[in-house]
Amino acid sequence: MRYSGLRVITEGLFGNRGWTPAWREPSPKAEYDVVIIGGGGHGLSTAYYLAKNHGITNVAVLEKGYLGGGNVGRNTTIVRANYFLPGNSEFYSHSLKLWEGLEAELNYNVMHSQRGLINLFHSDGQRDAFVRRGNAMINQGDDAILLDREGVREHLPYLDFDNTRFPIYGGLLHPRGGSARHDAVAWGYARGADKRGVDLIQNCEVTGIDIENGVVKGVQTTRGAIRAKKVGIVVAGRSSQVAAMAGMRLPIESHVLQAFVTEGLKPVINHVVSFGMGHFYISQSDKGGLVFGGDLDFYASYAARGNLPMVEHVMEAGMTLMPMIGRAKVLRSWGGIMDMSPDGSPIIDRTHVEGLYLNCGWNYGGFKAVPASGWCMAHLMATDQPHEVARKFRLDRFATGHLLDEEGTGSQHNLH
Amino acid sequence: MRLRCPLCGERDRREFYYYGAEDYLHRPAADAALAEWDAYLHLRDNPAGVTRDLWYHEAGCSQWLLVTRNTVTHEISGVELVAERKA
Ligand SMILES: Cc1cc2nc3c(=O)[nH]c(=O)nc-3n(C[C@H](O)[C@H](O)[C@H](O)COP(=O)(O)OP(=O)(O)OC[C@H]3O[C@@H](n4cnc5c(N)ncnc54)[C@H](O)[C@@H]3O)c2cc1C
Ligand SMILES: [Zn+2]
Repeated sequence: MRYSGLRVITEGLFGNRGWTPAWREPSPKAEYDVVIIGGGGHGLSTAYYLAKNHGITNVAVLEKGYLGGGNVGRNTTIVRANYFLPGNSEFYSHSLKLWEGLEAELNYNVMHSQRGLINLFHSDGQRDAFVRRGNAMINQGDDAILLDREGVREHLPYLDFDNTRFPIYGGLLHPRGGSARHDAVAWGYARGADKRGVDLIQNCEVTGIDIENGVVKGVQTTRGAIRAKKVGIVVAGRSSQVAAMAGMRLPIESHVLQAFVTEGLKPVINHVVSFGMGHFYISQSDKGGLVFGGDLDFYASYAARGNLPMVEHVMEAGMTLMPMIGRAKVLRSWGGIMDMSPDGSPIIDRTHVEGLYLNCGWNYGGFKAVPASGWCMAHLMATDQPHEVARKFRLDRFATGHLLDEEGTGSQHNLH
Repeated sequence: MRLRCPLCGERDRREFYYYGAEDYLHRPAADAALAEWDAYLHLRDNPAGVTRDLWYHEAGCSQWLLVTRNTVTHEISGVELVAERKA
């Protein structure tokens, strides 16, 4: 069923009786050409582009819970292409271009809103670092505008500019940055993949990976064995457990990241804003809630809930930057499990097992990557060659020293 | 979350700095093979369940602690001094 404005109006006139489910609920077949483990954003977009770009439609996505129940439905939805290192820069640039055509591509309203992202800086040194980053973005063909203090004031008059400890020196504006509706991205890719013949199988946990003589043969699941010629592991925070089924030990440590939302308010914050002195960033959803977050809780965790110290830190940083939000009531907080890599950059690569591919290490920036990650993972699985914009996301780069440490914080997993 | 430091007693999580998995205690020799350094610095078991990791009592006695805890429930079952293990 094609969605359109006209359709919404017609359905409204006839009691909304004509809508059909957005995807089927198939039972798993005995064999597929490709099995994708994990029905998050990356797994679904991989399946979609396998079908769309490569004509591979005998594909199943196996999800242990429900589609979009993982990080893809838990993140704070910031979409940007402001990376610095060659390797990351071209990948996120490609992703943002895919975002810009995503709604037409999927015939689905993902509410992608390029409202502009402003990263604030609070010292001369930090300004230099942002000038350098902005130049890297422009070299990549993306957009960046350096704002001085008065320039920031024009956009964000409500900030506390004269805070004695953290005065605002300026900001780097990325006009094409913004946000999107996270669930809609999962649902849009799911619907598009299903329409092209991909089986989306929920409540189906992979419990084993079948390998014979170094070649992948299929998977064991809570809904029976499924044979497959190729298998992709795309399970974000659970990557270590699933890779262990194939005898791999990954350079990944899983950490909890929290986020918060307030009651709905009238429009007040038009941009995505990040504080440069303490980890805090904020945007306002279309429903009116202020959506904000900060740093990891810092210790390895699989509990999708965090601890109080980071709640306090985020609230304090928010109050320091924009005291006006102090009156808003926080409605909810939650956490998601992040696959932290030792250099803060992802992995999209083959493995030592023929036909087994790995996509992980998204740290806490994998939402913006959903389109390009699926695009490149599908390319890799279909052609056995890395896609041009993802060729540095190699699994062996840690052993060989070709790290992509965007923030320059070293090899400790939780510092990225 | 609270940790029971063997020297200082039960203290709030805010007093501690988290470093990472127990693997950091097994530093390879300077001339060890690259694969060993890779394993030491990067590769992790990353269990969903009981794990052992290193914490530093930054706002307390400045001791490194080896903590046994559950990554799913956040339950803490043991805290040892790294210095005593080495001794
Ligand atoms: C609070 C928070 C804020 C964030 N903010 C941002 C942001 O602003 N911008 C940004 O770009 N990124 C952000 N992220 C990061 C982003 O959400 C993740 O990097 C990204 O969603 C991870 O990829 P995914 O969507 O495929 O993961 P997930 O949605 O977690 O998908 C993985 C799926 O695999 C399934 N699975 C696991 N094990 C198995 C198994 N054995 N068998 C079958 N299925 C299995 C899981 O159930 C899950 O559904 C944030 C994350 C969090 C938690
Ligand atoms: Zn102590």
